[in-house]
Amino acid sequence: MIPAAFEYKRATSAAEAISLVSQYGSDAKFLAGGHSLLPLMKLRLAQPAMLIDIGRVKDLSYIKDAGSHLAIGALTRHMDVETSKVVHEHAPLLAKAASHVGDSQVRHRGTIGGSIAHADPASDLPATTLALGATYIVQGPKGQREIAASNFYKGFLESDLAADEMLVEIRVPKMQGAGWSFQKFNRRAQDWAIVGVAAWHRKGEAGVALVNMGSTPILATSVANAIAKGASISDAAALASNEADPQSDLNASSDYRKHLASVLVRRALEAASK
Amino acid sequence: MKVSITVNGKKQESDVEPRTLLVHYIRETLGLTGTNVGCDTSSCGACTIHLDGEAVKSCTILAVQADGTSLTTIEGLAKDGVMHPMQTAFMENHGLQCGYCTPGMVMAAIGLLKENPKPTEDEVRMGLEGNLCRCTGYHNIVKSVLAAAGAK
Ligand SMILES: Cc1cc2nc3c(=O)[nH]c(=O)nc-3n(C[C@H](O)[C@H](O)[C@H](O)COP(=O)(O)OP(=O)(O)OC[C@H]3O[C@@H](n4cnc5c(N)ncnc54)[C@H](O)[C@@H]3O)c2cc1C
Ligand code: FES
Ligand code: FES
Repeated sequence: MIPAAFEYKRATSAAEAISLVSQYGSDAKFLAGGHSLLPLMKLRLAQPAMLIDIGRVKDLSYIKDAGSHLAIGALTRHMDVETSKVVHEHAPLLAKAASHVGDSQVRHRGTIGGSIAHADPASDLPATTLALGATYIVQGPKGQREIAASNFYKGFLESDLAADEMLVEIRVPKMQGAGWSFQKFNRRAQDWAIVGVAAWHRKGEAGVALVNMGSTPILATSVANAIAKGASISDAAALASNEADPQSDLNASSDYRKHLASVLVRRALEAASK
Repeated sequence: MKVSITVNGKKQESDVEPRTLLVHYIRETLGLTGTNVGCDTSSCGACTIHLDGEAVKSCTILAVQADGTSLTTIEGLAKDGVMHPMQTAFMENHGLQCGYCTPGMVMAAIGLLKENPKPTEDEVRMGLEGNLCRCTGYHNIVKSVLAAAGAK
C-alpha cells in the first residue's frame, strides 16, 4: 500500500511549521511520528496534498519538572515518556499508559503530541491525560493558548485544534502520591484497547477516564462525584458508563463494553486505593 | 527529493518520491531484500530495521523521514563473514522455521537486548510483542534471544 502523492517539507521550529501550514491551508497536515497518519494515508483514508514534517523539531522533545506540574514537549516519543524518571516519580500513571501503546517499535516513533492531536478515542494517552486533568498548550499564527483536556476533544478524530495550530506542550499536574491504575482490556499484547481505564484515587478524591467508550475519550465524572460523596468503589464503578456512548464493532457490542467498563473501573479503583 | 542515508555503514545518495516508504527504498532502490514486508500495516514486525540504533517498522516510515539518519538492516549485521551473536543464537536454537519473520525478529531482538541486556523470559516475550511469527515458533525464538543474552 502506497500513499497518494503529496509534497513534503521539513520544519525545524514550531514557528516555521505554523507558517508553512498557514501558507498551504487545509490541504496540509503535520507529520510527527507518522504512526497514526501514515497508516491512514496508506489506506488512502487520508490524502493530504502537503506534509509538514515536525519530527525534527528537537526543542519540542523534552520532559521538565515545572513545580506543580510536568511540562512535556509535544514531540516527546512514547518510549521517552515510558522510561522517564521524572514521569515515574510524579505521573506514574502516564508512564504506565505510555508503555501500553502498541509495541516498542511503535513507541520509538510515535509522539505524545501526535497521539493527543489525533484525538482517537481508542488511544491510551488522550484518556490518561484527561483523567490526570492535563492542560494542552497550542500555538498558532497569533501566539499560544491553553486548552483544558476536558474541553479539547470534540468528536471522533476531532479536537479543538484549528488547522493552523500546533500542539506544543502537555502539562500534567503532579500526582502527589495518589494511588493509580491503568487497565487495558485487549486480546493480544500489542493491540488497541477494547476498553481501557485510567484512574487515580486519593482519600475521597478520584479521576477516571475511559478509552474506546464513545466518539471521544470519556471523563467518567459520575464515578469521581460518587467517590467524592463517599460511595463505595463498587457503587461508584456501576456508574462507569454514565457519560459514555460506546459503539458496537467486531470486537465487542456496546452492552459488553459497558459491562467491561464497570468491571475495569472497579478493578482500577481497588488497585488505586491499596 | 534528494536524500542521504547511511545504510549498513555506507552513505547512499538517492532521489526519491516523498511517498516512498522506507521499506521500499531499502528493498527496491537499494536492492537489500533481507528486510521483508509481511502485513504492510505496522502490525507484524517483519520490516523491522534499526534507525539510529533503535528498532522501528520501516513500512510505517517515509524514506524522506530517514534523510540524514543511519540505518542497519539484517544484511549489515555480519562482520567479515562472521554472523552477529543473535544470528548464531537463532541458528543454534532453531529460532526459525520458514524464516519469513526472522530478519525482523533478529533486528527487534538486538534492539531489545540493547535496552534490557539481561531480560527474563517474560520480558523477552513482551519485548517482542510487535513481531509475529506465522509459523508460531515463539518458543525457540525466545530461547534464542535468552541464549544470545547469555542466560543459558
Ligand atoms: C501498530 C500500531 C499499534 C498502535 N497501538 C496503539 C495503542 O495500543 N494505543 C495507542 O494509544 N496508540 C497506538 N498506536 C498509535 C500511536 O500511539 C501513534 O504514535 C499516535 O497515535 C500518533 O502519534 P504520531 O506522533 O505517530 O502522530 P502522526 O501520525 O504523525 O500524526 C497523527 C495526527 O496528529 C497530527 N499531529 C501530530 N502532531 C501534532 C502536533 N504536535 N500538533 C498538531 N497536530 C499534530 C497529524 O497531522 C495527524 O493528523 C498504534 C500505532 C500503530 C502503528
Ligand atoms: S510489514 Fe511492517 S509491520 Fe508488518
Ligand atoms: S519462521 Fe515462519 S514466520 Fe516465523
